[in-house]
Formats: sequence, structure tokens, C-alpha cells
Amino acid sequence: MNKHIRTTLAGLLTSTMITGAALAAGTHPETGEALADDQTFTYRILDEHSSVDPQVVEDVSGAEIVRDLFEGLMNQDEDGNLVPGVATEFTTNDTKDVYTFTLRDDAKWSNGDPVTAGDFVFAWKRAVDPALSSPYAWFMELMSIENAAEIIAGDKPVDELGVTAIDDHTLEIKLSAPLPYFAQMTTHSTTFPAPQKVIEEFGDAWTKPENIVSNGAYVLTEHLPQERSVRERNEMYWDNDNTIVDKVVALVINDENVALTRYLAGELDRTEVPAGQFPRLQKEHPDEAISFPRLCNYYYTFNLSDGGPEAFKDPNVRQALSLAVDRKIITENIMAGGQPQAYTFAPEATAGFTVPEVEMASMSQQERDELAKELLAAAGYGPDNPLSFEMVYNTSEAHKKVAVALSQMWKQKLGVNAELANMEWKIFLEERGNQNFDLARGAWCGDYNEASTFLDLLQSDSGYNDGKYNNAKVDELLAQAKTSDDAAPLYTEVERIIAQETPVIPIYHYAGVYMMDSDVGNWPVNNVEQNWYSKNLYKIAE
Amino acid sequence: MLAYIVRRLLIAVPTILLLIVASFFLMHFAPGGPFTSERPLPPAVLANIEARYGLDQPLWKQLWDYLYNIVVHFDFGPSFKFKDRDVNDIIAQGFPISLTYGSLSFLVATAVGVSLGIAAAIKHNSWIDYFAVGLGIAAQALPNFIMGPILILTFTLWLGWLPGGGWNGGQWPYLIMPVIALATSYMGSIARITRSSMLEVLNSNFIRTARAKGLPTRTVIWRHALKPTLLPVVSYLGPVFVYVLTGSVFVDIYFSTGGLGQAYVGSALSRDYAVLLGVTILYGVLTVLVNLLTDLAYAWFDPKIRY
Repeated sequence: MNKHIRTTLAGLLTSTMITGAALAAGTHPETGEALADDQTFTYRILDEHSSVDPQVVEDVSGAEIVRDLFEGLMNQDEDGNLVPGVATEFTTNDTKDVYTFTLRDDAKWSNGDPVTAGDFVFAWKRAVDPALSSPYAWFMELMSIENAAEIIAGDKPVDELGVTAIDDHTLEIKLSAPLPYFAQMTTHSTTFPAPQKVIEEFGDAWTKPENIVSNGAYVLTEHLPQERSVRERNEMYWDNDNTIVDKVVALVINDENVALTRYLAGELDRTEVPAGQFPRLQKEHPDEAISFPRLCNYYYTFNLSDGGPEAFKDPNVRQALSLAVDRKIITENIMAGGQPQAYTFAPEATAGFTVPEVEMASMSQQERDELAKELLAAAGYGPDNPLSFEMVYNTSEAHKKVAVALSQMWKQKLGVNAELANMEWKIFLEERGNQNFDLARGAWCGDYNEASTFLDLLQSDSGYNDGKYNNAKVDELLAQAKTSDDAAPLYTEVERIIAQETPVIPIYHYAGVYMMDSDVGNWPVNNVEQNWYSKNLYKIAE
Repeated sequence: MLAYIVRRLLIAVPTILLLIVASFFLMHFAPGGPFTSERPLPPAVLANIEARYGLDQPLWKQLWDYLYNIVVHFDFGPSFKFKDRDVNDIIAQGFPISLTYGSLSFLVATAVGVSLGIAAAIKHNSWIDYFAVGLGIAAQALPNFIMGPILILTFTLWLGWLPGGGWNGGQWPYLIMPVIALATSYMGSIARITRSSMLEVLNSNFIRTARAKGLPTRTVIWRHALKPTLLPVVSYLGPVFVYVLTGSVFVDIYFSTGGLGQAYVGSALSRDYAVLLGVTILYGVLTVLVNLLTDLAYAWFDPKIRY
């Protein structure tokens, strides 16, 4: 272990000491804003969370709650950068296959017990244990932890997982392959510690508010399924003195229009803006309607498998269809929420990712349409022999609007007959997964802030590659990127190949489009993964 | 009468069993499963999950285990989606909520609907009649998924009188809008059925006889006309009662009440097999019981019916 990476804590500690006293005065220690007396943050979630068990949770709203209740080795700051969590620093060896984390000695569980390296060992073994059958067990495999894959497959006992508690404050992890971004992955909820004693005492019921013990800035105090969950300040949290928000309330509101109404009635501090309503809301509430880039893409994928349509095997046809899509109409007239137009698969907002000069992006729409006509004619399709196919999407108003717009653009510009078909979500996934489609909608949100989370979808043997795109060069570049210190040029090259071959039609990249009460301070708009921590928020006095 | 009730309850057992078996197979034959997701799970992970929930067993074995756990342990199985809770938890939490706002809606719809219908029939072709018919038709045209947003806009956003949703243990400010939303369209139907039934009864021979022997109108209506009038209403109320009791998915969605309606529809969409089946069984049992009650009520309303 000769190469030491140290995360500087000095600055953070100094500000901690200064701020302790300032909080009582009711002003924010850094910005000097007057703080509201009622430090309650109330926000809307679309659906009931799946679980608050860190090793079991699998949905976004559940992960948001878990991120407040539990704290992992590392956290993210407002910009998505890595900052210390339970660990104060970590070191790695030259080959980047052994990581050693040093844990702070003042981290405590909400029952007062110290948080130890053993709690992480217990949690990580739990995550891969076939007996728990965590739906996120694959994440430990993705982290390349030694023997994770074998344990999940039942070929090795759980005890052989490559994590060791050297002592109470030192955690060592052995990897089966070098992984430069391993530490980034420890901000994911699956890797958060779990309280062994409590889990053994209560079994599956340990996550109920009356039983749960957690080590994050908050504890779960109330849970009314399908209605609300409430988390309140954890007095035992090591950084409790710097936490400002006292109480966080998540209200389950399935209908986004009802949620918006309740927001406007003052019941919520944050809600999503329904598609198409952003321009109006921005005009009426300029301080509250916000839009910022998210780490998600929206695309259509061609079925390139053997059973797919013959026409799509010709790259000219695929490119023609992509060129004829006027993305501006979709982002500005249909979504209208500040979504960026997409000409690449990975969003520009992805960390360390340089968007390649894609020819299509620099052309005018008229030039694109001209080229599209030429390419389609060259492929042998025209008025006498029109191209026809079916496009499928999962049932939703917004997806339907986009699909209708696409089919109209293709019809008017190229004389292509695209027939629309919508399906219920699970049926849609099944059909798309079995390549029973011509052209299908897709969308992907990054699991971590690195271009591979998107580009891996186009790797030939990826389980997510529903279009069955297969390019040896792309596979090779992606494999290289896994272990490369500077993967950015490799990803750029992959995008360049994708732009030429067009296995997918990128349409737009997501934006987080919210109504956010202007008294909410420090919402991390620059964190593209939207990993937010309530402990970093504050409510400003009105 | 007692023998009749016992016989009906005995017939209910194979009925419910048939319901379980049919639902079980229909559910499993629907494309996609509980763990079909946009991020398909690696085979080893999926295998562990399926083994944990017994989904790797043949279907007949799964059905057998399911029935066995219900009969022996009264355990309706786990939820695949909400991993912190099982089906018993979900029903124990959601059903009392649905039951509360459902029975209130039922009472409101019945009381208001029947009164409106009777008033309209007695004052046939008067302004009361026109008003009641107009109100009834308007109410019928306002199903709960239309009423929900209208109520929230009016009472939460514009007037600011009522909270826009939530349950809060069923405090009355949280109950008003769900109850109105759910009751309105049934109230309309009940008013319409009551009115036409009453009109028909008022024109029948025995009412003419009652009037001819000089009984005051009030006695004619309450003693002689009311019971036969309510017969068709009661047969309509039976299924309505089950429907409002088991929760309305729209009320749950718009008002975040946390009732069973949402759990039911949600479980079908997410293929949460045990939840879907558990709620189906509850609905089935309720339907059987309410049908029995309806039939018994017939006997009380119509002396010609004997069990």
C-alpha cells in the first residue's frame, strides 16, 4: 500500500467547530440566512417505498429515505463529489484491488452503540447472502468484491467474502479485479452498515419504526404505508450539531397533478412538475419552478437480433430514422421542462465524460432531413416501397405524445409507416426482453455517475441490451475502460461508433423538473444523480 | 332460516376455493412476473429470490403451500414489492381505512339518494322532482376520478378549508373529501332507482286501495309504499356495499388515504402475487357475505319471500 489517497478533513472540521454556536442564534452558519423556526422538510414521493432495509431497498424513493437513515463509508456533496461518511479516509494499493477504509471513532448507532468495521462486514455479507436474496446483490458483484459472485451463485460460503474488519475502525476490502472508482460505489445504499443485534432480535420486522436502529442523521419515527413516512433527527449522529433540518416528511401522492395542487396549497416543499406544465409554472412562480440536468436518457432501440426486421439491419435506415427526429420539437413543445436534446447515449452531465463531436448534432434540422431522405432512398425505400414497422412503448400519456410525434415526423418527412402499440409495463418489459418488437422505447438512469452505467447497455452480452446490438470494437473499448485510469477517451470513441451505427435513437436526456419552495436552502441541483441528504438542507425564515 | 344461512355458508367454501384457484392460475399466466424489471436481475440473484419465495416450485406445489399456510397458519404470504411487510400487515393496515371511508360513503349515498328519490316521486313533476332528477343525473355523471380533482382544487387550493390528502387516523377533515368523492355517483344512481321504483309502486293496485280506504298520504307512503320501493334499491346496494367497502383505487390515489383499493390495483400491476390473491380472497368473502345479507334483507322487505 504505497500509494496513499487521503481525503482532507481539516477544512470540514474547522467549519464544524465554528458553526456549533451559530446554529442556536437561528442563522445559517455559512450563508448567514435567517433560519425558519419550523425546520420540517415535506416532499412528495410517487409511490410507497419498497423497504428501508439498506440491503433490500431497490427503488429510488426508498434509497432517498435510506440515505437519511443510514450512512455509508463515503457520502456525496452538493456537486456529487466524494466526501467522508463513516470513513474518514481510505487507501488503496498500486493495483487498486485492495482498499482500506479508516472509520471515524465517534460514529454511533441511534441506540448509542459505536459503528464499527464489523457492522460493515455484517452488512456486506448480508447483501450477498442467498438466504436474504437481496435484489441488489448484483451491486456487490459489480463492485468486484472477492468471491461475491461465487457466494451469490451458492458456490462458496458467505464467510469467504473479501471484506475483513482488521479492527473496529479499519475495514479492508479485497477485489477480484482492479476498480479505480470503488470508493464512489460506497455511496450506494446497498453498502450501508446494518445493526446485527437488532436484525437478529426482530428478524424481518426490524425496519418498523418501533424497532429500527440506524446510524444516519435521522431515525424513522413514523410509517403509514401508502400515506407517509417521517424521519427525525438522530441525536446520536456524529455530526448532529451541524444538522439543521429537524424533521423530514415523505408523503405518498400517486397522482402528479394532485401533488402539484397540494404543493400550490402549501402542503409540500417539493414536488415534480407534470410534463408540459413547466413553462406556465415558471411564468407564475419564477422562484419555485426549477429545472436541472439529470443522469437519465430517453431513447428508442432497434431490434437488431436475428429475428428483428430486415430493414433495420441496414445502418442507413437506422441513421435516416434518427436524423429525421426533430428533437427540438420534443424537448420544447412536448416535454417543455428544460430537457437537453440527445445526440449521444450518455448524457453530457455524466462526470468525466466528453461528448464527442457527433456530426448530426452540428447540422440544421433541414440538413438532417435532406440526408435522411438520401440515406433511406439509398437503402431502397421510397414512395413505391415504403418502410413499415411497429413501435412499442409502455402505457403513459407522455410516452404516447413522444411516440405520436416521432411517427408523424417519419411519415411526413420520409413516408415511413410507423404503427404505434402500447403495452402495460410488465408485458412491455417481457416483450422487449424477448426481442418481440421492431422498435421499442427505452430509458435508463445511471446507477452511478460514470459513462459506463449507460454505455454498458450496448455491450453485446449485457443483460440490459434488449436490441442485441453487437459490435466487437465497442465491447473491447468498454472492457478496456473498466480498468483504465482515464476512460474518458474510450467512452468518447464508443459514442462515436454508436453515432455512426445508430443501434439506438437517443431523443432527450432527462431534467429534474421540480417545484421547490423558495425557503428550501441548499438543494443540490448540481448533483446529477440527485443523491440528496436532508442533513445538508435547511429551511429559510420567510 | 338458520338452516338456509348454514347452507349458504357451506356453499361459499367451494366458491371461494374456486375463486382462489382460478385467480392463482390467471395471475401466473399473465406475462411478466414480480421480479421482471427494467434492470433484469442476473440469473443467480433471480434464482436466490425465487428460491426464497418458493417461486421455483411447480405451480401446483405453490398453490398447495399457499392454501396450507392460510388454513394452518392464517398466513397469506409475503409481499414481493413491499419487503418490510407481508400480506396480513397490508390488509390489516389498509382494510380498516377502506372500511371507514367506505361505510361512511355508503351511508351518505344511501340516505341522501333514497330521500331524494322519494321526495322526487311524491312530488312528481314538481320543481322538487326536476331538482332531484337533475342532481341525480349530474351526480351520476361525476364518478370519483372526476370528483377527486374537482374537490381538491376547490376545497384545498381555492378555499383552503381542507387538507388535500392523507388519512391521519381518520380525523374528520381528512374524511370529508374521500367520502363525498366516493358517495356522489352512487347517490345519483340510488336516487334514480328509488324514484322510478316509488313511482311504479305508487301507481299499483294496493296503493290505490290504501288511498281508497282513506289512509293519510303519510301512512300510505311510509307503511305501504316504502318497503316494496326499496326492493330494487337493496339489490343495487349489495354490490355497491362491497365495492365501497373494499376501497376505491381512485380515492386512494387522489387522497393518499392508504386504503386497500390502491394496494389491489398496485399489486396487479407489479405482479405482487400474494397481495393480489390475498385481497381477492377478502373481496370474494365479502361479496359472498353481503350477497347473503342482501338475500336475507329481501325477506324482510318482501313478505312473499320465505327461506
